[in-house]
Amino acid sequence: MQKRQTTDLAIEAEGLVRAFGQTRALDGLDLRVPAGTVYGLLGPNGAGKTTTVRVLATLLRPDGGRARVFGHDVVTEADAVRSRVSLTGQFASLDEDLTGRENLTLLGRLLGHAKPAARDRADQLLAAFGLTDAADRQVKKYSGGMRRRLDIAASILNTPDLLFLDEPTTGLDPRSRNQVWEIVRALVAHGTTVLLTTQYLDEADHLAGRIAVVDHGRVIAEGTPGELKASIGSGTVHLRLRDPGQREQAQRVLAEALNTTVQPNSDPFALTARVTAEGDDFVASEQASRALHALSAAGIVVDEFAFGQPSLDEVFLALTERPAPGSAEDTRAEEMEAVR
Amino acid sequence: MTAATQTESTYVPSAEVLGAVLAPEERPQRPTALSASISFGWRALLKIKHVPEQLFDVTAFPIIMTLMFTYLFGGALAGSTREYLQYLLPGIMVTSVVMITMYTGVGLNADREKGVFDRFRSMPIWRPAPLVGMILGDILRYLLAGMVILVVGLILGFRPGGGVPGVLAGLGLLLIYSFAFSWVWTLLGLILRTERSVMGVSMLVLFPLTFLSNVFVDPITMPGWLQAFVKVNPITHLVDGVRSAMAGAPNGSAIMWLLLESAAFIVIFGYLTMRRYNRL
Repeated sequence: MQKRQTTDLAIEAEGLVRAFGQTRALDGLDLRVPAGTVYGLLGPNGAGKTTTVRVLATLLRPDGGRARVFGHDVVTEADAVRSRVSLTGQFASLDEDLTGRENLTLLGRLLGHAKPAARDRADQLLAAFGLTDAADRQVKKYSGGMRRRLDIAASILNTPDLLFLDEPTTGLDPRSRNQVWEIVRALVAHGTTVLLTTQYLDEADHLAGRIAVVDHGRVIAEGTPGELKASIGSGTVHLRLRDPGQREQAQRVLAEALNTTVQPNSDPFALTARVTAEGDDFVASEQASRALHALSAAGIVVDEFAFGQPSLDEVFLALTERPAPGSAEDTRAEEMEAVR
Repeated sequence: MTAATQTESTYVPSAEVLGAVLAPEERPQRPTALSASISFGWRALLKIKHVPEQLFDVTAFPIIMTLMFTYLFGGALAGSTREYLQYLLPGIMVTSVVMITMYTGVGLNADREKGVFDRFRSMPIWRPAPLVGMILGDILRYLLAGMVILVVGLILGFRPGGGVPGVLAGLGLLLIYSFAFSWVWTLLGLILRTERSVMGVSMLVLFPLTFLSNVFVDPITMPGWLQAFVKVNPITHLVDGVRSAMAGAPNGSAIMWLLLESAAFIVIFGYLTMRRYNRL
């Protein structure tokens, strides 16, 4: 594979529209993904991320707009697109009744390998993904993390130029999630372009060179993770008070110390504030510590104080002035809880 | 499960190892339409290997059908079960196999909900291959059902006049027809939303087609309007073709009709199925 210029576009989509009944899953979505990078599509459930992937992977025809993958139109040149891309869907794209080795061998043969070559390639990939011991077990008996790894292995039987990873870590425990992240990094180091959809800002942040925030079938913000975070504030302060009666006072003190608006949470003990220091982490943390100081000076007892990166909820709040529907953070918290 | 836990905890992705399996390789040539279809047929065989219970409906069901109708109607319709069997057996074989074809639609409907279907659809292969391969796998099931009925029939006293070549010819015609007829169910399997509704609609079509035919009795005793229906019923042509071939006196016009109908099913329902498949 020759080295491509970074100015080449892997994906170019203009005004994609796709409706399901009354719902417009895609409503004029534009996307420009440079080749050789990880590009993150960030958004809550139902934002249109999966629909976007399905259109780009030639599984779904758009009702309007057009999209090209490496210069090939996804509708009129679908076959040319198919030979350049691989898809790892939100639900494992594998035959659950077959074993891991049978899945890879079958797909290898479908890509044109003779049976012995397909078997060799399958064994090679099973070894690289730490699945040799599980090779002869049915996929339905695999754990979530193993299934995901096999799924990605299946996608690189022929090293694709563009790999779609649709929510690759949703439902995975933290260890399996880290494994998937490492795999993605190795793929990109090799030159594969990855379009990654995710509900988690930290995932997009860790992996993606650029991120598009998707909501209601449109891109509502686009940029590097740094640019996005800078645009929505550099951090967030969460605190829990001992006495809910002090909340109003605390809100005032905090607003003054941070020079920002403070939102009372539904929890009567809690407050959340965005720190809007101009993209400088040092200043942001300094502001946060000044705020903590001001609270204790005012005689307000704080049981919990957390200073962290903006969450997807906060990105959404900042970009749309409303909370993310079906808040992804809750799901994540539950998953983490389940893991423990 | 302990093995799973072990694999899970000890795996550490290594950039070098992954880089090595990603090393640029010559991409193989695209497989031909036939080779891709055969690979999918192989998938169907693997599924039978892993889930052998699915063979229940192609073995138990035909045995029950054969025994039930032979002893239920034999005495009343032909004076003796043995005599009736000579008439009934080819018909009951057609009925059983044609009934089993509907599982093609049910299976496809279940398959399309799964992620693996998306992977197949996003691969650069001959478009109908996943469906053709699936039906090729199903043909094995049809053959098995046909053989089971034949063996039961031979035990009960079925003595086909056409001998081995006649029986093989009859079975061959039945398999050709079943392959073609399966495309009706692939279309239904892609259009209807649930397995249950595929099953329901299939029964609605199959019951009148198989019973209002010449499978069980000679249409001569039927009222004229029913005879008119039986005459144009494609299952009647199929039964005539298979029965005459097995009896050693092939009915040329029935065989011609059933081959024409097979071609029509493949062209019309194959086209509609693929149109639907490409626009899911």
